[in-house]
Amino acid sequence: MTISRVRVRPVRAALWLMALAGGVAAVIRYVWGLGAVTNLSDRFPWGLWIGFDVMSGVALAAGGFTIAATVHVFKLHRYRALLHPAILTGFLGYVLVVGALLIDLGRPWNLWNILRPLFLFNSHSVMFEVAWCVILYTTVLALEFGQVVLTRFRLWTLLRITQLAIPPLVVAGVLLSTLHQSSLGALFLIVPGKLYPLWFTPLLPVLFFISAVAVGLAMVTVEATLSARAFHHELEIPLFTDLGRAAAVVLSLYLGVKVVDLAVRGAWPLAITGSIESVMFLIELAAGVVLPLVLLVTPAARSRRGLAVASWLIVGGVVLNRVNVAVTGMLRGSGATYVPAVGEIVITAGVVSAGVLAYLWIAEHLPVFEHEGPPADHLPAGAATVPAS
Amino acid sequence: MSLTRREFLHLAAASGLGVTVLGASRPALAMPKAGMGVLIDVARCVGCRACEGACKAYHGFPEGESSDLGPQAWTYVRFAALREPKSHLNLGADGASQRSFKVQCMHCADPACASACPVAALRKTAAGPVTYDAGRCLGCRYCMVACPFQVPRFEWGKVLPEIRKCNMCAERQAAGKVPACVEACPMEALQFGPRDSLLAEAARRIAGDRSRYVPAIYGAEEAGGTSILYVSDVPFEELGFPVVVREPLPAYTWRALGKIPGVVVALGATLTAVEVVVRRRMEMQREDGDRS
Repeated sequence: MTISRVRVRPVRAALWLMALAGGVAAVIRYVWGLGAVTNLSDRFPWGLWIGFDVMSGVALAAGGFTIAATVHVFKLHRYRALLHPAILTGFLGYVLVVGALLIDLGRPWNLWNILRPLFLFNSHSVMFEVAWCVILYTTVLALEFGQVVLTRFRLWTLLRITQLAIPPLVVAGVLLSTLHQSSLGALFLIVPGKLYPLWFTPLLPVLFFISAVAVGLAMVTVEATLSARAFHHELEIPLFTDLGRAAAVVLSLYLGVKVVDLAVRGAWPLAITGSIESVMFLIELAAGVVLPLVLLVTPAARSRRGLAVASWLIVGGVVLNRVNVAVTGMLRGSGATYVPAVGEIVITAGVVSAGVLAYLWIAEHLPVFEHEGPPADHLPAGAATVPAS
Repeated sequence: MSLTRREFLHLAAASGLGVTVLGASRPALAMPKAGMGVLIDVARCVGCRACEGACKAYHGFPEGESSDLGPQAWTYVRFAALREPKSHLNLGADGASQRSFKVQCMHCADPACASACPVAALRKTAAGPVTYDAGRCLGCRYCMVACPFQVPRFEWGKVLPEIRKCNMCAERQAAGKVPACVEACPMEALQFGPRDSLLAEAARRIAGDRSRYVPAIYGAEEAGGTSILYVSDVPFEELGFPVVVREPLPAYTWRALGKIPGVVVALGATLTAVEVVVRRRMEMQREDGDRS
């Protein structure tokens, strides 16, 4: 097994520096309280960490369940090469989300109360449902990624046995993802008086789910482009062209639902008022949905650069959407002002950097990009053989 | 053109009402969970802040005037300048330029905060108060986001922070006493009692002096109804009271959460079926390939 080395030393040094700075800021947060590092207030209790680290983080990790379903439920085995990187990104994404939550939670030592017996449950709380789904799905991702670890240590028998559990595990993963991706939108159904009407709609959960699928597919392409550069791989352009086509279909659906929803609610006039909300909304929709859609349905979609640009735009659009829902759209209704503090930005950058470093380390030490399965005589009967690469 | 906060709240309330009508689920006006409550009469309040002082003394908070609700200011007397002077019930011309009124947790019948809390740290008690149990709280602050009245406060400067808000003196109530603020009010602007009788009293006051009181009881229907009620001789909007939807806010969430079991069953069955069918077809293809 050959392990490629990343030759991006300066980038790596910068990542370490940011992760370290984030660690220092996190220590300050635990020693002096949330007020010491954030601009959060009683009028505006959620900020960058919830809008970006948690809500965008979960959305960007959606590639794990979309590709897992493609390969293990629909058995489209040509996407198999994308499976392990997508699951690794998903797993690390969720670990980082939980990490960010531990920094954001005021009383993290009580987190275990979520797991305590029935008398503590509040099944009417969206937060309760999201928490359980995230815990369970992170476990599912860890088990799915366990296949790569077993391959690394050549534990073929164990690999063969556990492979039988993969299809039901993947179905469970898709269910859990559907629930909490949509529920992150449902979190904001309880603030009809606070969230700006450009974003507040009973369809928030539906829109969150559809956009999560689109951005999951886009992230797989973004990640493949990045790791192709870092690890000197070749990109299989036709594979990503098809992925782009799928993303275009999902994105069209998203755009359709959004256009009709705003029309039915009579909210379109608010999009052209020139207010901060209308500007952010139009950027989100034009640069994050319409532009990538145009790129994906034109010949640009067959070029490596066209695909990469379209995918980055989708990623940016979904991140902006989540930040708009959690921050921009909540400001006016809360009668608050909020700009993230340096401490919040440093911690967010630290969390992201730690994630990238972890990804690089794992990609160098485990067979993430190699799609040789176990030797033929160890394959379970009827198991799908991996296309030779 | 951009919306002012007030216009925005109107619009939000209007769209909320639209949803209510579409959903055809009018909130039940009888509220078994309402329990005890407090009627606050803005017309009678002279702004002496005795309620604030009594609250701080009873709960052991430091003395002194606060500038807003806070972790150690569970009630706060707000002042609002009037657009046109209006003679004050107790102060006459001297108090005509402004009104004062006490703000605190509204103790909703179906509280958004309690529905939002993942570990049920906030709960509506049968007696009326919405209480908080720090032993359960994760500090996620979703209650603060959810509250339409922006009441819960957080101890931002503390290492072991808690959510802090008025508990309608639940311990005093349990001992048969009225809340500290009510006991302290020298103008009888605060009245403690079962919510039903307070509603009747509010209606009686409005009917008794139609030239003074505005024909509205704030809290009768706001957010599905609250245990704290207000009557006033100045429109509530002019005083800056938030415009809040009439439907209990947890109902907005439940319309989505309630669909989860159906989604799980339908999606789970579909995915499993697809997986089995595709696998079978691939096995058959492979067998055909082996045979030929």
